[in-house]
Amino acid sequence: MTDQEIVEQINISIAKEFELDQDTLTPETTLFEDMGLDSLDIVDLVIVLEAAFSFKIREEEAIRKIQTLGDIHTFVINKKREQENKA
Amino acid sequence: MQLRRVVITGMGIISPFGRGIGTLMDGLVEGRSGVVNVPELAEIVGMRTRVAALVPGIDPKEIPRKFRRSMSSMSVFATLASHDAVAQAGLTEAEVTGGRLGVSIGSTVGSPQTMQDFFRDFSIDNSLERMKSTIFFHIMNHSCAANVSQTLGITGRILSPSSACSTSCQAVGYAAEMIAGGKQDFMLCGGADEFHPLTSATFDVMNAASINFNDSPTMTPRPFDRDRDGVVCAEGSGILLLEALDSALARNATILAEISGFATTSDPASIANPNAANIAHCMNMALLDAGVTPAEVDYVNAHATSTEQGDIAESEAVFSVFGGKVPTSSLKGNLGHAMAASGTLELAACIEMLRNGYLLPTNNLENIDPLCGQIQHVQELIHIPVNTVIKNNFALGGVNSSIILRRYNQ
Repeated sequence: MTDQEIVEQINISIAKEFELDQDTLTPETTLFEDMGLDSLDIVDLVIVLEAAFSFKIREEEAIRKIQTLGDIHTFVINKKREQENKA
Repeated sequence: MQLRRVVITGMGIISPFGRGIGTLMDGLVEGRSGVVNVPELAEIVGMRTRVAALVPGIDPKEIPRKFRRSMSSMSVFATLASHDAVAQAGLTEAEVTGGRLGVSIGSTVGSPQTMQDFFRDFSIDNSLERMKSTIFFHIMNHSCAANVSQTLGITGRILSPSSACSTSCQAVGYAAEMIAGGKQDFMLCGGADEFHPLTSATFDVMNAASINFNDSPTMTPRPFDRDRDGVVCAEGSGILLLEALDSALARNATILAEISGFATTSDPASIANPNAANIAHCMNMALLDAGVTPAEVDYVNAHATSTEQGDIAESEAVFSVFGGKVPTSSLKGNLGHAMAASGTLELAACIEMLRNGYLLPTNNLENIDPLCGQIQHVQELIHIPVNTVIKNNFALGGVNSSIILRRYNQ
């Protein structure tokens, strides 16, 4: 997957799970204030990302520092590249 | 203890006819049936019944995602019905959220569909890693009460009676007692259930589900009829807004009817089969609670689910308490059996009968079973003044309940 494909897949998955308009999502969109997510949603966000990208990230420390959609893009892209390098 | 009169000032209905009390009454007055053939039931090995009464035309997305994520369809039904009951009663935001309003809403079980979805996924690889955070809120036994309270912002008492077919009758009775005792001024009360094949199967394995009308679904169930062959499961929610009389008068609210008596009793004769003497005892206790004599009762709204034994036992009990002259009917011939919701769906219809002066017949009652024949069956709509009604519900597990409803008089 290219970085752009990863970003698109993240946005599609998040928009579907949390019933958001994909057109309103930008890298600067914040999870809590702009998207209106809470702690329960973050649990489900992790599950959605794990299903979309076939990796396990629940225990990753970096997850807790995510604030914006752009942070998710960066996190997932790095994680995918890490997976590819290991393979 | 402070004892206050309790009246009804709001109703919310999600029934097999759709949303709203008007929709429910139109269907009942026109003698329609909400029962349909459900093709998916034919795909289940061992399932003989293929009919159910399902709720049409509800849009769950009326409820914001933040609240809806913790709901299965039964909580969606209960929440929309609660919203409508509050709207009809005309409660202000402060009255809803300020602690004077409590909740007494139950279901037979937590969501069986969510349970099925979870265990189907879990059993693939014995893994919890795909489990969403909100599953518990769907399957907990107080899911409906909790979701209604969260969505409406209710801060008063909250309880969730669960007694299968007696659930909503008990929920109303306990709510009325809380208001009478001065603990709350308003109570949202009733029940909800969602259709799942497990419910039909429960009756089917006991040979108590209707199986002979799969291709003519509107002809079943047939309460009290010679050719009845069992329960038809349904879904929905009936919610009443109960209020202390003094509060309703102070608000100048429209008073729909008065809850004047309630009884609920355990029937240890059998966990599955109703007992006429114990049903009669429950009805007598409710009459005593209301200070009403059997002669003052204008109408019996029967539980009568169309099972062989239940309809006979209830007929015998009604005859023993009221004799053979009090008009009696069951609305399950139109609505099927909505389990935890059945009591308040039927109670709401009783309120409208009482307000408008007519009695609804038992749909599909064509040839009265001689063993149910000692009582006065309503077989066509009768226009008659109605002042006092007794509403029965009886549940698997041996849980009897009866409510006395009266026209409000100063």
